[in-house]
Amino acid sequence: MNRRNGRAALTTDTAMRWASGWFQSRNRTIYTLLIIGALLYPSLMDIVTGGEGNHWIGTAAFAGVFVLLAIGLNTVVGFAGLLDLGYAAFFAIGAYTYGMFASGQLLASPLHHEFHIPFWVMLLVGVFVAACFGIILGAPTLRLRGDYLAIVTLGFGEIVPRLVQYLGAGSPIGNWTGGVNGIAAIDPPKLPIILTGPWFGLGTPFGVVKNFDFFNPLAYPLDFYWLMAILIVVCIVLATNLQNSRIGRAWMAVREDEVAAAASGVNTVAIKLTAFAIGASFAGFAGAFYGAQLSLVSSDNFEFIVSVTILIMVVLGGMGNIPGVIVGALLIYTTQYVVLTNLPDWTTSLATAVGLTGLNQAHGDWVGLHDEVQRLNYLIFGVILVAVMVLRPQGLFPSRVREQELEKGTEEQAVFDLRAEET
Amino acid sequence: MFLAAIFLILAVVLTPKAATNFPFFLQIVIYGIADGAIFALIALGYTMVYGIIELINFAHGDIFTLGAFMSMPLISAFGLSEGQSSGVVVWLLLLVITVIVMVINGGVNVLIERVAYRPLRHAPRLAPLITAVGVSFILEGIMYVWRGASNVHYPDLLPDTRIPLIGSASLGVKDIIVIVTAIVLVVLLTIFIGGTRLGKAMRATAQDREAAQLMGIDINRTISATFFIGAVLAGAGGVIFGLYFNSVRFDLGFEAGLFAFTAAVFGGIGNLQGAALGGLFIGLVQAFATANFLPGGAAVSDIWVFMILIIVLVFRPTGLLGMQVPEK
Repeated sequence: MNRRNGRAALTTDTAMRWASGWFQSRNRTIYTLLIIGALLYPSLMDIVTGGEGNHWIGTAAFAGVFVLLAIGLNTVVGFAGLLDLGYAAFFAIGAYTYGMFASGQLLASPLHHEFHIPFWVMLLVGVFVAACFGIILGAPTLRLRGDYLAIVTLGFGEIVPRLVQYLGAGSPIGNWTGGVNGIAAIDPPKLPIILTGPWFGLGTPFGVVKNFDFFNPLAYPLDFYWLMAILIVVCIVLATNLQNSRIGRAWMAVREDEVAAAASGVNTVAIKLTAFAIGASFAGFAGAFYGAQLSLVSSDNFEFIVSVTILIMVVLGGMGNIPGVIVGALLIYTTQYVVLTNLPDWTTSLATAVGLTGLNQAHGDWVGLHDEVQRLNYLIFGVILVAVMVLRPQGLFPSRVREQELEKGTEEQAVFDLRAEET
Repeated sequence: MFLAAIFLILAVVLTPKAATNFPFFLQIVIYGIADGAIFALIALGYTMVYGIIELINFAHGDIFTLGAFMSMPLISAFGLSEGQSSGVVVWLLLLVITVIVMVINGGVNVLIERVAYRPLRHAPRLAPLITAVGVSFILEGIMYVWRGASNVHYPDLLPDTRIPLIGSASLGVKDIIVIVTAIVLVVLLTIFIGGTRLGKAMRATAQDREAAQLMGIDINRTISATFFIGAVLAGAGGVIFGLYFNSVRFDLGFEAGLFAFTAAVFGGIGNLQGAALGGLFIGLVQAFATANFLPGGAAVSDIWVFMILIIVLVFRPTGLLGMQVPEK
């Protein structure tokens, strides 16, 4: 009211009203909390661990890779409704593209020359290469009905890690990927050339600027953390704009009813291919970053289980809703790679703290608390998945449209409600 | 036409190998068929479940492993151990054990369907897929806690007798048992689906669930029965896998399930004979690749399987025997 009358005075009352309006949208609340969390996280971790927060900041940057992947897969699965079970393959393609052209690897290949192309260029090349593979795979298969795409992508996801494993030392066409060992010692990102010109590095000719080791992943995880944060923001903006664009509306039309969409003039094959290629390019982007941060790529990091994990993040977070899948990605990453990985150590120290050290030793069938808890990892994760999905089948933060569909149901579902009969 | 092309290419690649050392080739074919028979038993469960509720049941491979794991304590409980003379009693006991495992396995799968899939029948299609992955983790977790992460030795109870064929090739009693068991079960299943009331109900439900319900078919009971039968076959597959390879591991079903699912799709998902045929085909392709008959050798055997899968789906999306079904 105040604003309409031209009185822009920011009283407590208007601020409150504005704030309540802002937080009425759940997505805005999530974004606000995520931004505040991301800004505070590094300092908080340093305080909690007493200045030793680097490990946790690095972990968060890795979690960021999965956030990127979840945003990308959401474009394919959430927006366009295409089930992709081999998403890790595109992730691998991005990571290996960067790894091969930013390390000494290709010296061993028939090219006999090593490449060190800058990270920033390779980030875009990774995107391009992954998108190309997406188009090559998608073009023949997207004409098929929905589920066959899932199976073709599943096959592709199985082929890629095995192929990179095979194309190592001793393969008939030479050592391109380092085989089972993967590619190590990949270049970290460097500052762009305008900053690191001939005046860079004291002691060298023309050097007037001090040489500092920016973007060394081990010494400066914080650099990666902020780089990751910036990339995620860029991707969120991109994905949100795509969702609200003409293409985004076409994706949703295809998802809801392909025949109706085609009848309304949507070129369904082209629009599905766009979704598939854009999804793949997000994975390529994330892959290049991942290779740079880890400084190592190995086929083990791109197995089927990774594809499934990303799919879980998307479905559990709430398909089609970008803040939802981000939260899903962070939660699943934390559960799987932080809580479940560290649980054995935590329980061991807890047992020591409360004086039950006897539990930590192995005797008889008991293999020690550490190993016993480790054995439970699979079970715990499975129970969490089933419980969350049964309790909230629409995901934690679904998009509004989907939520309403589920709550009210379509007419058809109301007539044949099997659950109603069961009770 | 397309099938002819595939078989022609395979024939061109394989004929010189067969000509140079035919007994070896024959031996590889026998191994491939035995492997394929086990894949076929798992694939049948995938194809039935997919046919009726359009769910890729990722937990099915672990149901197969569970069959193998559950039979081990039963074998010791029945007093069977390695090195015994294999008389009629041993055969009968093994049969009894297999039947018990099949029934328990079926019960477990019905329970899983009840807890993890039925509440989600009206949920978005991906929700049951995720619970299937969750159930797969749970089953693997249970077997991990039970027997640990390493390979577990499975008692070697079947005789190692081999019947000599041409040259160095021979047909083991184990091979015969695996193949015969698979054939018997597939034939029984075909008769069951084609001839009984419940089988008819399953076919009707797979075609159109709502229409079937209007005709008075109890949908929930039919779906439970489908899960039961799928797990029964997988359980039998697990026991004969154990008896054949004598080594099992908690995450065995993950890869086996992936291949079996590929087999189901390959044969035309929803089609029983197709799944059996697909299993055989995949077993053979793997055996050929492992024996260096296909370019690249053993290291790329899985790549061949998935490559052929993609090619089949692109050129003949309904699989080898699948019929054109309108999208629901």
